[in-house]
Amino acid sequence: MNGDDACCEGALAAGCRFFAGYPITPATEVAERMSHRLPEVDGIFIQMEDEIASMAAILGGSWGGAKSMTSTSGPGFSLMMENIGLGICTETPCVVCNVQRAGPSTGLPTLVGQADMMQARWGSHGHYEIIALSPSSPQEMFDFTIEAFNLSEQYRLPVMIMADEVVGHMNERVVIPPADQIVTVERTAPTSDPAQYLPYQPDASGIAPMANFGDGYHMHVTGLTHDAKGYPTMTAEAQAWMVDRLIGKIRDNADKIISYDTMFLDDAEIVVAAYGISARSAKGAVLAGRQAGLKVGLVKLNTVWPFPEEFFSHLSTKVKALLMPEINMGQMVLELERLAQGRCQVVRITHPGGAIINPSTILAAIQDVFEETK
Amino acid sequence: MSARQNRDPEPLHPHDELLRTDRIPHIWCSGCGIGIVFGALMSAIKKSDIPLDDIAVVSGIGCTGRMAGYIALDSFHTTHGRAIPFATGLKLARPQGNVIVASGDGDLLAIGGNHFIHAARRNIDLTVVCVNNFNYGMTGGQLAPSTPFGAKTTTTPQGSPDEPFNFCSLAAACGAVYVARWTALHIRRVTTAIGEAMNKKGFSFVEILAPCPTAFGRRNKMRRALDLLNFYYDRSVVKHGVHPDEASLDFNQRLVVGKFVDRERPTYLDSYHMVHQREIGDWPTIEHYSTMLAKEKTEA
Ligand SMILES: Cc1ncc(C[n+]2csc(CCOP(=O)(O)OP(=O)(O)O)c2C)c(N)n1
Ligand code: SF4
Ligand SMILES: [Mg+2]
Repeated sequence: MNGDDACCEGALAAGCRFFAGYPITPATEVAERMSHRLPEVDGIFIQMEDEIASMAAILGGSWGGAKSMTSTSGPGFSLMMENIGLGICTETPCVVCNVQRAGPSTGLPTLVGQADMMQARWGSHGHYEIIALSPSSPQEMFDFTIEAFNLSEQYRLPVMIMADEVVGHMNERVVIPPADQIVTVERTAPTSDPAQYLPYQPDASGIAPMANFGDGYHMHVTGLTHDAKGYPTMTAEAQAWMVDRLIGKIRDNADKIISYDTMFLDDAEIVVAAYGISARSAKGAVLAGRQAGLKVGLVKLNTVWPFPEEFFSHLSTKVKALLMPEINMGQMVLELERLAQGRCQVVRITHPGGAIINPSTILAAIQDVFEETK
Repeated sequence: MSARQNRDPEPLHPHDELLRTDRIPHIWCSGCGIGIVFGALMSAIKKSDIPLDDIAVVSGIGCTGRMAGYIALDSFHTTHGRAIPFATGLKLARPQGNVIVASGDGDLLAIGGNHFIHAARRNIDLTVVCVNNFNYGMTGGQLAPSTPFGAKTTTTPQGSPDEPFNFCSLAAACGAVYVARWTALHIRRVTTAIGEAMNKKGFSFVEILAPCPTAFGRRNKMRRALDLLNFYYDRSVVKHGVHPDEASLDFNQRLVVGKFVDRERPTYLDSYHMVHQREIGDWPTIEHYSTMLAKEKTEA
């Protein structure tokens, strides 16, 4: 099946029972499949009037107790930003799948891009941390969507799946394991007496238990800066407490959240780091480089946010160069540059969008760097 | 310890059970109409047979939007304009819940106008309470989609050149099943209307003409709260059942109030379940969904 379809199946396997969306290429197939799959499992699909409404609706759906999701692409992702911030601030579990096209603006609706990576991180106003995953195949669309729901339920925030047009539309075999082999995570319900319930007071896990509408807790949920009770509190102290918590719950758990795969790192002098569809091109280039006797390795990022900071800091002391191919003019590579701090060379392999980066382009860059650093 | 200890305990307000008393004092100005509507909303909730755990209040942003923050129920203060789509998700995910949207005229019908018309069209089962104070109170009194032609606001200092919406007519045209308008002085009528709207299955709309002395009255020679309150009330003419298009707001002559629409129509969820649970045939040789649902009811 194609990646968009696999994303739906992953969502259903994770327990998604509410989807609100608005059609947009190349994410439309997600909504289309959800529209016939959700009623089969007693879930609700609704096509909203725009992406602002879609995002608002899935936040409501989540507070109504349903695991909720939407999917979109560039223009729709931009429209969702304000309510993504509401989801961050109110700590609302949900999943947003962005099947990236090339931008800015309407850009290339049917062609690939990876240029929303920084928007995913900080596209909504204010300072916060997010979790974003980047699948590179239909199988990963399935697996990572389950993971996205699990992370969103565990850490209480909107989790993004930063896919792209090629992964969304590519057809490949997807293995769907039996239901009893799929691990799903549910939000922690409060156990306290409703009169004593503090909806934003973290428990021992560092995350606050979440009551749903109808559970009898009569909680207040607001996008204003709030205290542990959920009450608006217009002070710098309350702001510090809230922002520290929103950021801390991700940063403090980064080790548990971050996932990446590596190849040939033991003796690698040059390492290609990549995510999404570009990670597949990178893998082809690295394998070809090895065949040609070059000591090149690969890091495939599964989680793109939070970024594996410690890992790359350390890696930059061991290698001559880090290369990053991505279908934008240099976004995630900024993180590599920041972390390498000049300890190794950082090479950008950029593409403005509309096509994937060929393995041969990456191989040529690898060869160039080997020549230069000889 | 203070002398307070020796005094009698302060008497409970009849609505204390529904109020987040630990959040009082509230932010509303003295003479504001929002408090009256809030009181009516609480009375309506109390009078209804609906278990309190099953009621949620959703607001957008604005002075009116702060209602969600003072009611001791599951309550959601969302983003400007987006209370209705948030409430849509809440309701669809938990259909047994009774979801009330309470927000301002700007929130519901300017920035949120698109959501308003589509939720009414789909007949999402929500009760939408709109405090219409003819301006943006929260931000200091700017033009709203309700501001009457010629009225002064901070962004129409020479008087508004805009034609305002007739919210009730809009709601009705979009398919709302219950539409009523009252002024903030019609306290019992407002309470009854909100109660009826809560019990009505489908998209119900209650508009309340309310004074905002601070931001609106001040710029329109009605600085005292009572001036505006009486002005709306005195000019109001009750016309139940009149076509909402005729329910006009003519500030020189009369402000038509009353219950304009009270009708039956399948809700979004009714039709959703119908199309997914049985063969409905092929469009266009198909019965209207209302007919189909009505038949199902009589057969059952
Ligand atoms: C996206 C966005 N734009 C603008 C604002 C600023 N803002 C806050 S409340 C408001 C208008 C509120 O007017 P209304 O809905 O009529 O409520 P009232 O205060 O009159 O009760 C505006 C423009 C905002 N919060 N969010
Ligand atoms: S500014 Fe107007 S609407 Fe806002 S609280 Fe004051 S009187 Fe009420
Ligand atoms: Mg207003």
